[in-house]
Amino acid sequence: MASHAMTGASHREPNYLEYKGKHTGILAWILSTDHKRIGIMYLVVLTAFFLLGVTLGFFMRLEQLYLDKSVSLMTAATYNAIFTLHGVTMIFLVVVPGIPATLGNFMLPLMLGAKDVSFPRLNLLSWWLYVVGALIIFASLFSGGGLPDAGWTFYAPYSVRTATNIPLAVFGVFILGFSSILTGLNFVTTMHRMRAPGMSWFRMPLFCWSLYATGWIQVLATPILGITMLLVFAERLLNIGIFDPSLGGDPILYQHLFWIYSHPAVYIMILPGMGVISEILPTFSRRTIFGYKAITYSTLAIALAGSLVWGHHMFTTGQSWYANFVFSLLTFLVGIPTAIKVFNWVATLYKGSIRIEAPLLYAVGFIFLFSIGGFTGIMLGILNVDIHLHDTYFVVAHFHYVVFGGTMMALFAGIHYWWPKMTGKMYNKKWAISGWAVMFIGFNLLYFTMFIMGYEGMPRRYYGHLEQFHQAHRIATYGSWVLITGILMMVATLISSLRNGEPAADNPWGGSTLEWSIAGLPPLLNFDEIPEVTEDPYTYNPEPEVAHE
Amino acid sequence: MGAGNFATQVDNTFLIVLAISVITLIGITIAMIWFMYRYHHTRHEQAKDIHGHLGLEVAWTVIPTILVLSMFYFGMEGYSEMRTIPEDAFEIQATGRMWSWVFEYENGIQDTALRVPLNRPIHMKLVSNDVIHSLYIPAFRIKKDVVPNVDNRMWFAADEPGYFKDAIACAEYCGDSHWNMYADLDVLPQAEFDAWYKSKGEEFAALAQPAAPGEASKVGLRGPMLFTLKGCNACHSVDGSPLVGPTLKGIFGKEEEVVLADGSSKMITVDEEYLIRSIKEPDAEKVKGFENSIMVAQPLTETELAEIVAYLKTL
Ligand code: HEC
Ligand SMILES: [Cu+2]
Ligand SMILES: [Cu+2]
Repeated sequence: MASHAMTGASHREPNYLEYKGKHTGILAWILSTDHKRIGIMYLVVLTAFFLLGVTLGFFMRLEQLYLDKSVSLMTAATYNAIFTLHGVTMIFLVVVPGIPATLGNFMLPLMLGAKDVSFPRLNLLSWWLYVVGALIIFASLFSGGGLPDAGWTFYAPYSVRTATNIPLAVFGVFILGFSSILTGLNFVTTMHRMRAPGMSWFRMPLFCWSLYATGWIQVLATPILGITMLLVFAERLLNIGIFDPSLGGDPILYQHLFWIYSHPAVYIMILPGMGVISEILPTFSRRTIFGYKAITYSTLAIALAGSLVWGHHMFTTGQSWYANFVFSLLTFLVGIPTAIKVFNWVATLYKGSIRIEAPLLYAVGFIFLFSIGGFTGIMLGILNVDIHLHDTYFVVAHFHYVVFGGTMMALFAGIHYWWPKMTGKMYNKKWAISGWAVMFIGFNLLYFTMFIMGYEGMPRRYYGHLEQFHQAHRIATYGSWVLITGILMMVATLISSLRNGEPAADNPWGGSTLEWSIAGLPPLLNFDEIPEVTEDPYTYNPEPEVAHE
Repeated sequence: MGAGNFATQVDNTFLIVLAISVITLIGITIAMIWFMYRYHHTRHEQAKDIHGHLGLEVAWTVIPTILVLSMFYFGMEGYSEMRTIPEDAFEIQATGRMWSWVFEYENGIQDTALRVPLNRPIHMKLVSNDVIHSLYIPAFRIKKDVVPNVDNRMWFAADEPGYFKDAIACAEYCGDSHWNMYADLDVLPQAEFDAWYKSKGEEFAALAQPAAPGEASKVGLRGPMLFTLKGCNACHSVDGSPLVGPTLKGIFGKEEEVVLADGSSKMITVDEEYLIRSIKEPDAEKVKGFENSIMVAQPLTETELAEIVAYLKTL
């Protein structure tokens, strides 16, 4: 198309931001089926939700500064609504779609050497479902008898009893589930059908592998969430007993159904993060990843075994001894592939030629924080220890180390890593690194304190606390201020790079995967010519004598 | 407040795992920092593509496997003890409800504090009539969910006498005052406990008897006590301050607006019939302004209901 050719000097295709299609203005975005634009749209909306979730968390922490509830900021009902919204926003709108929807959408076809995902229009539909689901959830706030206050887990029978508008919130989650399923389906198909010639399965970059495993969990586990939410919905509207014991239902059944989805969802959240880390480490070490196959197989093992451990959320419910036995055992087994990954990552730094840049620091920070999340997960898998720690701040700290210290830090790492390819701009390195450092300190102040409180017996979802916990609560709150400062520094650094940043080089970090082979910002169809893959990923130093050990 | 019979074991298991974790974490962290320093590109120009090492992969698969399996074993051991309730344990029923606990003994005593004999295995039968709660004694490292229609049990033995305020918490989110569902634990030496058990038991037995002919009616006598024992005070004040529910001060004869199940509202004057209905079927007519708050009917005997109503009339 001659009309697309730029001025005489350059004959390259217009990049995805310059490209002019049927629509202009905002429509050129919200009706675009370009995986790159969709990725950016997810990133924008998700950032907004993340900042909303952070704000809610900020107020929860603030409330904990008050021991005397007669003079505090909010009522118990408000606090309960805030933690519910914080959880729903962060889990369903931020962390679950998180990396696949943003970085995955943008990078997967580029890394595979493909022109787009398999079903571009379905991809756009996923984004729309995501936005509509979110709007429905927010609509539930302003309708019905008050803010939803059942916690993000919506445990029955409380969720059936409370007068607040749970059905609408639950319906929103139901819609979000479809968005997730369609994304998973799309990605899995793309990887089966659209790898560049020469890219065998075991030449796929590890980030793609992680999206592959994640895609399967999304497709297989999310329908259960949908069914569960539909049943809660039906119970409320038709007044039939499914989960509510006063109508003859079984509340434990709800927990099973909920966790059959929500535990694998933890792996939907974390696996793509692990994939991002597996990209960053080789690039900044200028060497191949240590144990490519070990990492791949452990990704698949985590996806598989992780789907069978949901009952570890229910050790105290009175479920049978055998169930507890099996769920505890399987939980430990998930720890093994996780450990394998961590060791392989660390070994990847060995004999590298390391460049310290913001993405690498985020990645290393991830390994540290995620390891703490993993170790404390092991502790929670121990039956008698979990009896004590279940439903305390220890659990709260554990999952924040995993999902925030893990997934979100990996998302930040990936954003810093691919920012030049997504925006064409470089951010200020010093500010990026300072943001990371402040965040890292604040994070540990906030959440490590919660481990200690939890072990001492501070239950979660408490509006107030006993005096013995007050000092720790104060430290955690101060930590939250430091953490938020770090987050704002990061956001400001990235946004200001859009205006003031230096133009990025084609391959600023010296990455070896296909996305870096594209000159400048990717054009609409990514590659002028589909590349041919002739070697393993991360082949930086192909001297024959060290190729295999 | 002592540690109960399980805490040492739980703490020891935890500490072993903590030690292994800390050592591994320090190892990982030092390795990462050292590599980043030692192999920084200014010191190590040419990287080496090491694709893996079978020996290492095997090592860091097998060692964690052994470690986690032994952790699993310890956890299982400790847990088996928690779930095996001794035959001779002393049974007490704990009822969780929005938002208080009540403890009932075989001889009819009801109490909002848990009173137990020292060093004697206590068998708790857990009951809920509304939503899920979870009985949690942090110092003893034990908890168990209190689920409607599910017969859950737990046991422990207290090993230090004394009155421990707020020793019992609710660990499963159950609504507005979930955070305040604390109860006290009173551990008494066996002889002292026996004396309390006997005298308090007689008191309750006497109150449960219908008044003998000629004797003054007992109705109204137990009202204030039942108001607490049945958990009404968690949501209703008697001094005019609004809690989750409307205050019951001056309730009898009051004119107020209520909302019916179909959404329409009407003015009523509170009489005895209305009081009984609002206690037995709280959803039938809801007080205007509190339509969205929950009240769950508590199981009450006829006498208990009569006594509470009589008490409400005096407020
Ligand atoms: C979980 C909180 C809760 C508990 C526990 C509770 N109530 Fe209520 N109660 C409410 C709420 C909320 C209302 C107002 C809505 C309604 O009428 O159902 C209410 C209303 C009432 C009313 C009507 C008041 C009026 O102004 O018309 C009476 C009488 C009453 N409760 C008595 C009791 C008694 C007696 C108990 C103890 C057996 C009790 N309540 C326990 C929450 C509670
Ligand atoms: Cu889980
Ligand atoms: Cu509770």
